[in-house]
Amino acid sequence: MKILVCVKQVPDTNEVKIDPVKGTLIREGVPSILNPDDANALEAALAIKDTEPNVTVSVLTMGPPQASEMLRECLAMGADDAYLLSDRAFGGADTWSTSNTLAAGIRKIGDLDIIFAGRQAIDGDTAQVGSQTAQRLDVPVVTYVQDIELQGDKVIVQRQMEDGYELIEVATPCLLTAVKELNEPRYMSISNIVNACKKEITVWGHEDINLSPENCGLKASPTQVFRSFTPASKGKGEMLNGTVKEMSTSLISKLKGLHVI
Amino acid sequence: MAVKIVAEKCKGCSKCIDSCPFSAIVMENKIAVIGDACTGCGVCVDECPFDAIEKTDETVKKDLSDYKGVWVFAEQREGQIMPVVIELLGEARKLAAEIGTEVSAVLCGENVDSMTDELFAFGADQVYFADHPELKNYRTDAYTKVIKEAIEKFKPEIVLLGATHIGRDLGPCLAVKCDTGLTADCTKLEIDPEDKKIRQTRPAFGGNLMATIICPNHRPQMSTVRPGVMDKAEHVPGRKGKAIKLDVSFEDNEIRTKIIKMVKETGELASLIDAEFIISGGMGLGNPDGFELLKNLAEKLGGTIASSRACVDAGWIDHSYQVGQTGTTVKPKIYFACGISGAIQHLAGMQSSDYIIAINKNENAPIFEVADYGIVGDLYEVIPTILEELNRSS
Repeated sequence: MKILVCVKQVPDTNEVKIDPVKGTLIREGVPSILNPDDANALEAALAIKDTEPNVTVSVLTMGPPQASEMLRECLAMGADDAYLLSDRAFGGADTWSTSNTLAAGIRKIGDLDIIFAGRQAIDGDTAQVGSQTAQRLDVPVVTYVQDIELQGDKVIVQRQMEDGYELIEVATPCLLTAVKELNEPRYMSISNIVNACKKEITVWGHEDINLSPENCGLKASPTQVFRSFTPASKGKGEMLNGTVKEMSTSLISKLKGLHVI
Repeated sequence: MAVKIVAEKCKGCSKCIDSCPFSAIVMENKIAVIGDACTGCGVCVDECPFDAIEKTDETVKKDLSDYKGVWVFAEQREGQIMPVVIELLGEARKLAAEIGTEVSAVLCGENVDSMTDELFAFGADQVYFADHPELKNYRTDAYTKVIKEAIEKFKPEIVLLGATHIGRDLGPCLAVKCDTGLTADCTKLEIDPEDKKIRQTRPAFGGNLMATIICPNHRPQMSTVRPGVMDKAEHVPGRKGKAIKLDVSFEDNEIRTKIIKMVKETGELASLIDAEFIISGGMGLGNPDGFELLKNLAEKLGGTIASSRACVDAGWIDHSYQVGQTGTTVKPKIYFACGISGAIQHLAGMQSSDYIIAINKNENAPIFEVADYGIVGDLYEVIPTILEELNRSS
């Protein structure tokens, strides 16, 4: 069984702060990490490899050359091989372009039983690339997967809903997007770290995956960023003073004065 | 739209490098170079003191005039129109008025014709409906096929979907099938007064950055919109419109997933979005039992409890209670943030509440920056005292 996991290197947006004076992003010292939902996707693939015979797990990303650091991390978690789609022509891609490039890379890898992806990346939060890649590959997709059970050439998955879940049957090959409730990603192991250092990462540009520059990156993106700005702060209100009792009384009388309670 | 460096003007000051949210700029021979990670966001354009960075519009104009009208995906579950649909119809009416066009709803399900009157009452001029046993419950392949065919036939210029677990599944598939762009989780939609195209604003970078996205040369322009953000459409009983039935047929194996069963675990979601009072707890509660105290205040005010992501991650409460960037967006009359430090991801989900009251031991907690009223203190003392005050004064 061949499994592929689509991953993305992202800035740890939990570590990003806003400069209180200039109102701009402070990027310094913000680490690049394996996108959290993608770690769950990789764990799901590795868990299958742990229990089933003859499973290979590949990881695939599109990104700048430094994304190979994250791919080494995936190898050190237990992935068998890694592919990096890296080309200036891929830069500035929206989800339309990204999915087009990933699908071209996946076609070249070929013959997969299950493709995993994270539900969404924490830098964009779109949750679009997994579904769109599946559409381009013409394989069925189930998003928000929180539980997986293999049954021969079928997969039974729980698809998370806002108020519960749906139990869904889908035939392989298929693409599944993982949410964090799916599992707890493993740590890198010492032996895998040693192996990971020895492994070659396959790097492909647009010609390797038979994609013309017009069909990838910013050029092919239907959506464009018109402008970006830091969200306006609501502005600090009033800090109440005094004892707990005084503050509580004051709060209630203010809210009553505003007719909100 | 891309950005480019005007090499003659660049002085190599590196200000753009610091400003770039995506680490996409490097210095080569004391001249800035835009790298692969560039998303064309344009932050650097304003930052450059020497006007050495320009936006370029390389794309060719196409004739898009065949595409007319604003469509809303009328998501139904078990025969009930989802609340976000009413919000989308409200927003669609505003957009359509600015463009000078009509609002349509597109509805899929089984025996759905009875729902069309409700959609007319909430402002749809037309309802395109597809009625078929295979459409009873949402499935990606079935809904994508039917709505894609309707879009190709009737050519709307804008399609809005709720950013629910269903809308966020359907939207991306439709966008690829219709060969157009999709902007996820929008919090604001506007019409450009000049060219009548839509501007879609959404949080990016974990809520640290807002981005306004356009889809200039592809149609339809598609957005998913976060539930709870837009104002609900006015309900006009008896308002009439035109119902248009869509042809539906499926071949064998065309719908490649099967729903074995649907399991309901909580019924709290709707009440979180609609709640007028939300009492939300963070790690400052110290333990999961703290939510019991919050429940008392919620019951007193007739509201509901909610939580920060940290409590969900810690397993203290179900994720359906989570407010924030990856949870639910809420805008109650009053939002009590109790023991919540106020990470930007949390603020993204609650800062449009009418009034925010922060209770936190740490006077430097960022939550106080957005609070209308701040109380520095132990929530286990403050909340019981507030409850006493409420009981005394009512």
